[in-house]
Amino acid sequence: MIPSRFEYYRPDDIRGALAVLNEHGDDARVMAGGHSLIPMMKLRMAEVPHLIDLQGIAELRGIAIDGAEISIGAMTTQHDLIAHAGLADAAPILREAALQIADPQVRYMGTVGGNVANGDPGNDMPGLMQCLDARFELVGADGTREVAARDFYEAAYMTARDDEELLTRIRFTATGAGYAYEKQKRKIGDYATAACAALISRDGDRIGSASVAMTNLSDVPVWSQAAGDALVGSTGDAAAIKAATDAALADIDPTGDNRGPVEFKKHVAGIIISRAIARALSRA
Amino acid sequence: MGKQIVKLTVNGEEHELLAEPRELLIHVLREKLNITGPHVGCETSHCGACTVDMNGRSVKSCTVFAAQADGAEITTVEGLGTPDNLHVLQEMFKEHHGLQCGFCTPGMITRAHRLLQENPNPTEEEVRFGMAGNICRCTGYQNIVKSILAAAAELNAAREAAQ
Repeated sequence: MIPSRFEYYRPDDIRGALAVLNEHGDDARVMAGGHSLIPMMKLRMAEVPHLIDLQGIAELRGIAIDGAEISIGAMTTQHDLIAHAGLADAAPILREAALQIADPQVRYMGTVGGNVANGDPGNDMPGLMQCLDARFELVGADGTREVAARDFYEAAYMTARDDEELLTRIRFTATGAGYAYEKQKRKIGDYATAACAALISRDGDRIGSASVAMTNLSDVPVWSQAAGDALVGSTGDAAAIKAATDAALADIDPTGDNRGPVEFKKHVAGIIISRAIARALSRA
Repeated sequence: MGKQIVKLTVNGEEHELLAEPRELLIHVLREKLNITGPHVGCETSHCGACTVDMNGRSVKSCTVFAAQADGAEITTVEGLGTPDNLHVLQEMFKEHHGLQCGFCTPGMITRAHRLLQENPNPTEEEVRFGMAGNICRCTGYQNIVKSILAAAAELNAAREAAQ
C-alpha cells in the first residue's frame, strides 16, 4: 500500500510550516507522528499533495511545569508523556491514559498534539483534555490564540482550528484531585468501545469538585457538566455514583459500528463511567 | 514531486539513496538496501513484523515515509547478531522455542532489544505489555515471553560479571 505522490517539506520553525500552509491551502496538511495520517494516506482515504512534517521544529517539543501550570508541546510523543517523571507527579491521569493508547511502537511516534488536533472521536486525549479543562494554543498568520478543549470539537474531524493554523501547545492547571482514565477496547491497538476520564476532589467528607469526560461515545468528546454536578456535595456513595453515571449517559450519543450496536455501547459506557468515578474517588 | 536524496545509517553503515518521499521505510530497507530482516506483514501498523529501531525508538517501518527517516540511525535484526555470532536474544529464542515459522521473529527481537535497553529487568507482565505491538500467530506468546526473560537474565549476569 503506497500513497499517491506528494511534495515533502520539513521546516525548522513554525513560520516555515505556516508559509507552506498559506501557499497551498487545502492541498497542504501538517503531519506530527503520522500514525493516523499515514495509514489514511496509504488507504488513499486522505490525499495530501503537500505534506509538512513537523519533526524538525524544536519549539513544538518539550514539557514545562511551572508550579501547577503545565505546558506540553504539540510534538511531545505519548512515550515522552509516559517517561516524564515530573508530569507523572503533577498530572498522573495523563500517564494513565497514554499507557492505554495503541501499542509501544505507536506511542514512540504518536504525539499528543496530533491526538488532540486530529478530531477523531476515537482519540483518547481530547476527552482527557476536556476533563482537565485544558487550553490549546493555535498559531496562524494573524497571530496566536487559545481555545478551550471544551469548545474545540465541532463534529468528527471538524474542530475550531482553521486550516491555516497550527496547534502548537497544550496548557492546563494541574490538580491534586483523585484521577482515573478507564478504557474498554476490543484488543491492543483498537480505539475505545467506551472510555471515561474522571477527576474528583474531596472537601471534608463531601465531594468538592468533579469533572467527567468521555471518549468515542459521540462524534466529539463529551464533557458532562451534569455528571460532575451529580457528584458535588454528595459523599460519593453508590447512589451518587449511579446518579452521575445516569447523567453522563444522558449526554452521549453513540452510533452502532463494528464495536457493537448502540445498546451495547451504552451498557459498556455505564460500566466504564462508574468504574472511572469509583477509582478516582478511591484516590481522592 | 520527484525523488529526493535520503541519508540513512543502517546497522552502522551510511547509505545515501534516491527515493520518492512517499516510499515507505520498509520498502527502502528491503528493496533498495537488500536488508530483508524486517518483514512486510499487515502493512497497517498492527502486526509489528516490520519493526526496526529508529533513533532509539521501536517503530513500524511500514508507517514511516522514506523522507521522514532522512538522517535517521536505524538498527534492524541484522545489526544485532550474525549466524556465527548470535545476539543473546536470538540465542534465547532458539533455546526456548520462541519461534515456529519465524516470520514475526525479526520484529520481535528488534522490539525486545529496545525493551531491554529501557527496562533491563522486566517482570513477565512488563514483557507482555512492552511486546504488545508485535503479533505472533504460531507460538501463543508463552515461549516468546520466556525467551525475553531468559535473555534479560543472561544480559544482567554478563553485566554483573563484567563489573
